[in-house]
Amino acid sequence: MKDFIEGSEAVARAVCLCKPGVISAYPITPQTHIVEGLAQMVADGRLKSQFVNVESEHSAASVVLGAVAVGQRVFTASSSQGLILMSEVIFNIAGMRMPVVMACVNRALSAPINIWNDLQDSMALRDSGWVQFYAENNQEAADLIFQAYRLAEDPRALIPVMVCLDGYILSHGLEVVDIPEEDKVTQFLPPFNPSEKLDTANPKSFGLLAGPDYYLEIRHDLHQTVKDALTLIPDITADFKRIFGRNSGGLVESYRLEDAEMAIVSAGSVCGTIKDTVDVLRAEGKKVGLLRIITYRPFPEELILQALAKVPMIAVLDKAVSLGASGPIYADLKAAFQGKPGKKISGYIAGLGGRDITPDTIKEIFKQLAGPEVSDQFIGLKN
Amino acid sequence: MPEHLLSPGHTACAGCGQSLAARLVLDAAGPNTIIVNNTGCLEVFSTTYPDTAWEVPFIHSLFENAAAVASGVEAALRQSGKLAEVRVISQAGDGGTADIGLQALSGMWERGHDILSVCYDNEAYMNTGIQRSGLTPTYTSTSTSPAGQSSTGNPRPKKNIVEIAVAHGIPYVATASAGFPLDLQKKVKKAMAIRGPKFLHVHVPCPLGWRHEPEQTYQIARLAVETGLFPMIEFENGKISGRYLIVKPKPVEDYLKPQGRFRHLFKPAAEAALKEIQELANRNIERYGLLKTAGS
Ligand SMILES: Cc1ncc(C[n+]2csc(CCOP(=O)(O)OP(=O)(O)O)c2C)c(N)n1
Ligand code: SF4
Ligand SMILES: [Mg+2]
Repeated sequence: MKDFIEGSEAVARAVCLCKPGVISAYPITPQTHIVEGLAQMVADGRLKSQFVNVESEHSAASVVLGAVAVGQRVFTASSSQGLILMSEVIFNIAGMRMPVVMACVNRALSAPINIWNDLQDSMALRDSGWVQFYAENNQEAADLIFQAYRLAEDPRALIPVMVCLDGYILSHGLEVVDIPEEDKVTQFLPPFNPSEKLDTANPKSFGLLAGPDYYLEIRHDLHQTVKDALTLIPDITADFKRIFGRNSGGLVESYRLEDAEMAIVSAGSVCGTIKDTVDVLRAEGKKVGLLRIITYRPFPEELILQALAKVPMIAVLDKAVSLGASGPIYADLKAAFQGKPGKKISGYIAGLGGRDITPDTIKEIFKQLAGPEVSDQFIGLKN
Repeated sequence: MPEHLLSPGHTACAGCGQSLAARLVLDAAGPNTIIVNNTGCLEVFSTTYPDTAWEVPFIHSLFENAAAVASGVEAALRQSGKLAEVRVISQAGDGGTADIGLQALSGMWERGHDILSVCYDNEAYMNTGIQRSGLTPTYTSTSTSPAGQSSTGNPRPKKNIVEIAVAHGIPYVATASAGFPLDLQKKVKKAMAIRGPKFLHVHVPCPLGWRHEPEQTYQIARLAVETGLFPMIEFENGKISGRYLIVKPKPVEDYLKPQGRFRHLFKPAAEAALKEIQELANRNIERYGLLKTAGS
């Protein structure tokens, strides 16, 4: 069914169709609409779940950890300070191989306190062992929820997945979204039935202390499993297309890269603006394109190398910064192309704290890309 | 079924009051129990990968979130209709309960989850090397409140976590001690028969941190109660409903003297401090009506 709805509602409706047994969250702007929506669905009896109103995000993440360990499908959501407060549990959830799915509605980090969008919150947790998907629009945000559960709960994976969507731009922005029929979701997403869980009939211990004799191997296993998601995700998106009839999600998206001389690499809703600008510049005869990262963790290095193999000039647009170093995607891209000559790769940082990224910003980046190679050039700084 | 649900062979110190109490609690709770444990000595000595001492489902996540993880476990059991037969215990040390874990615990109590929370109170952060906690008693020497030329140890009184629990309006709150095993198990059974949040605060000597001989654990636990320093009391629906009555309170010195953590109090200069501790015991006895009088 097609509806003109905000991203938060699209996500909430998608979550509802996945029927999590336990939902727990704590209010924070701009994430709040998602869980308010779910609370209403539970209150109306449309969704038969336990909705646990907690006293903090740390506890929200802990509640879903406990519930998924008993074998219930779970959901939580947060933003910014909430996500960072959760971060201890976020790392723990991945280490314990708990297939939690959450939405991160991306927002800047304090200080200064700022409720507007950038990607600094989720980027700060890229090393946690969670799969991270970044949505470009509301439709994709909803579709990624289905795919997130499918991946997280796959017995070959059993890793948590974070669906990131830009605060306000998507969470509060209205778009036409196709919310699928329940039978299609049932067809796509098998019931969650983990082989290992807290069960008095078969008592097991979870969350053990592992010393130097074991820790390295356990972390290596997790690392390998997260990387292996690179092979599971394309199958999941193919199956998604088969059932739902549309391309959505995946690892990366190439946009007009065939003969491109310049490309921007970025993630999230800004890619919509970049696509429009690419179209305008293409109409003027400029050979430009975009590589959109949909799955940021695991990092789809091979696909990125292939997609950009023939592009000599690459600008990475980060809406986050590793303070004192560079943008996070830029650093990953440089590492991927390390030892491969004949490329100019420049890093640009823009849009922090909700500063608009307009077509002019994108044009400015293409313009600067023709100039000297830079690693952490802020775009749009006022004097 | 194994003889005990917390198996021997774990790595607790000899004479560990916490390992004794945890075994008693779980044996009383029975096999249909899921244990959620904060980080601390108990979790560390019982679950060194690839071994576990737990004969029931056990989960440890972090230092401060057992109450929230347990809330999720309980919610999941409720969702699957299993809460009638499977019970949940959330347990932690004094630090995990009354300091860093208090927020999550308060949330769990306030939300009314059907969970028994147990605090194994050894009166310091033992797992990390005997640092003071909010439940460290007045004038205890710990590694972060050491006695010295210008210090008589921990300057602050023990936080009243029991009354904090009672203030949440939960149906059952009780204290117990490793020195009174039958009483402890009776309280666990009583708590498990009540639906909703329950809190059990168990005093557990730690030979390593308290610096007493391992074979003194039981005796020291009893002395804490018999001096009035650790009142054994029960609250049902906000009202005191049970107390361990003392015929003739023992002087606090009897309890303090065998413990290295109070050694500095037995110097002439510390006489006033000793007196203060006696007054704390007296106040407990008065506040909770612990004295056995003719007819009581
Ligand atoms: C967030 C966090 N802070 C600090 C620690 C270190 N730590 C682990 S256990 C512990 C002390 C536990 O004390 P308590 O709860 O009293 O249990 P005990 O070991 O005394 O039984 C500390 C400080 C940690 N694991 N996590
Ligand atoms: S340090 Fe204390 S609490 Fe920890 S295992 Fe040893 S005796 Fe038990
Ligand atoms: Mg302790």
